[in-house]
Amino acid sequence: MTAAVLFQNVSRHFGTVKAVDAVDLEIAAGEFFAMLGPSGSGKTTCLRLMAGFEQPTGGHIEIFGETAEGVPPYRRSVNTVFQDYALFPHLSILDNVAYGLMVKGIGRQERHRAAEDALAMVKLPGYGQRRPGQLSGGQRQRVALARALVNKPKVLLLDEPLGALDLKLREQMQEELKTLQKSLGITFVFVTHDQGEALSMADRIAVFNDGKIQQLGTPEDIYKRPQTRFVADFVGSSNVLSSATCARLGVPAKAASLRPESIAIGTSWAEQLSLPGTVTARSFLGATNRVSVDCGGEKIIVASPAAMPVPEIGAEVQLAFSRNDLHLMEDA
Amino acid sequence: MSALVTEATILPNRPGLTGRLSDFLWKHPHVLLAVLLGPPVLWLGIIYLGSLFALLLQSFFSIDDFSGLINYEFTLATYRQLLSDANFDIIVRTVTMAAVVTLFSALIAFPIAYYAARYAKGKWKAVFYLGIMLPLWSSYLVKIYAWKLILAKEGILTWAFAKLHLLWLLDAWLSLPVIGGNSLSVSYTGTFLVFVYVWMPFMILPIQAALERVPGNLIEASSDLGGTPQQTFRHVLFPLALPGIVAGSIFTFSLTLGDYIIPQIIGSSRLFIGQAVYAQQGTAGNIPLAAAFTVVPIVIMGLYLWMAKRLGAFDAL
Repeated sequence: MTAAVLFQNVSRHFGTVKAVDAVDLEIAAGEFFAMLGPSGSGKTTCLRLMAGFEQPTGGHIEIFGETAEGVPPYRRSVNTVFQDYALFPHLSILDNVAYGLMVKGIGRQERHRAAEDALAMVKLPGYGQRRPGQLSGGQRQRVALARALVNKPKVLLLDEPLGALDLKLREQMQEELKTLQKSLGITFVFVTHDQGEALSMADRIAVFNDGKIQQLGTPEDIYKRPQTRFVADFVGSSNVLSSATCARLGVPAKAASLRPESIAIGTSWAEQLSLPGTVTARSFLGATNRVSVDCGGEKIIVASPAAMPVPEIGAEVQLAFSRNDLHLMEDA
Repeated sequence: MSALVTEATILPNRPGLTGRLSDFLWKHPHVLLAVLLGPPVLWLGIIYLGSLFALLLQSFFSIDDFSGLINYEFTLATYRQLLSDANFDIIVRTVTMAAVVTLFSALIAFPIAYYAARYAKGKWKAVFYLGIMLPLWSSYLVKIYAWKLILAKEGILTWAFAKLHLLWLLDAWLSLPVIGGNSLSVSYTGTFLVFVYVWMPFMILPIQAALERVPGNLIEASSDLGGTPQQTFRHVLFPLALPGIVAGSIFTFSLTLGDYIIPQIIGSSRLFIGQAVYAQQGTAGNIPLAAAFTVVPIVIMGLYLWMAKRLGAFDAL
């Protein structure tokens, strides 16, 4: 089966800045694919390469088996939901949604009917006569989605589309986007810096840093088995244990990652590993307490369930965790 | 404890009149507004609008042909005179010139403004502003006389055409009726060129300001949705730049309608509205007719703005 998007050794350099540096990537048709990374990591440039706003300085890009480099955005059946929505301020909502059909020469009546349907799909029926300025952020986001989807794109690109929404709305939209993607069967490529968003929505995630893909895999893979210190730290702020600490545990390794929520304080069974330490800080986060423990010079964060008693600062504690939760990494 | 804590929570009033004044104006912000706005509003209201109104009033008086004195009785006689063939010709000539100058200014200004708004960065932006503003720093008269030399039969333009073996083209152009003439400096073409040159900054700057406010991702969005560059220009860029184009055209159009120096120095000897006003209120002493002539640009600009609004030029504001 041909890949929806294929990157072969793709680079995009701006002068001496390597925004995207020799990236290989294969996104399957119908997949919900997330590109995760901090700002400046190259994820948005990758998205812009797919959309055609940027041209690669090296490498080869294919979209559904067809060569994409040198092809302008308006000749790609790829549509984008922009970060700040980019709705046309001088057009009504209906004309915004119908824009893609209008430039393709589809008659007024037909394109307006299609636009009404698209607005109904994003739960904004009857909003067609308003202007973008009269809508809330969440509504504009839905219009931007309808405007892209009405063109029935082969690949839908989403550039941090939920970044400007408040938490409640964001969670709701995450769910709706996922449902929509499953029902439409369109390939979604989603750029985000929010690891929670990527983990909860994507089928597969590519973690970007410094213009390169650090790790590519399913959310569970990325979360439980980070391959590099960067991934361990960026996705879920994992503890990265040094080789010295690993040696104390009797596990020979250059480094190992340990999730804060897989550590218990004070209880250790026979088959578990344990580390003694001193509590240096604690803070209440609602569902959990975040406890910092100094274990012989190594700071380890523990996410302790709120129901558990929290040790005082300065208390000597034992940290206990299963050997299975300790994930060994190649990279120190 | 530190000195900060021992001080009072509420600080005492600042000493003197300024202290009391600050407190008073802080409590009554509308007083400050009135003080700041009063003089300019009075200036605009009484001196500017008042004299304009007085001028308009004059147009409803008439002049006694026999004595040359103004007859202070309301009449439309002056307007009848304004619409006589000779005077109506002046109006048509001026309005046509203003419209053509505006159209060409917009056509030339748009690419320059687009470049400046989209691509010029840092040093090149400074070069752009300097290039646009520099001509405005030198005297208007000097520029017009310079153009007279450029356009004269013995001038550099004729010389350049001759060097390029294109003199036949220039001669063919000058032999055209109406827009031609003995040389460029005594033709409507010459008047047109100088008008376009002199008013160009007033067209470029508003268009550039409007284009600068168009977010770049709207252009990308249009392209993403399948719009070719031509469609993007027509459906996104142009409508969003239209308020700037209208603002610029208000400048070029009204400045051309009112100017009386350029057509006097460069062009045929036929009158433009500005020259007619100048002649009527000066040598002819016909203040009512001069006033009636000045009403023409006001009415035309009013109609123009009304039409622009109807066409949706200000929807994107």
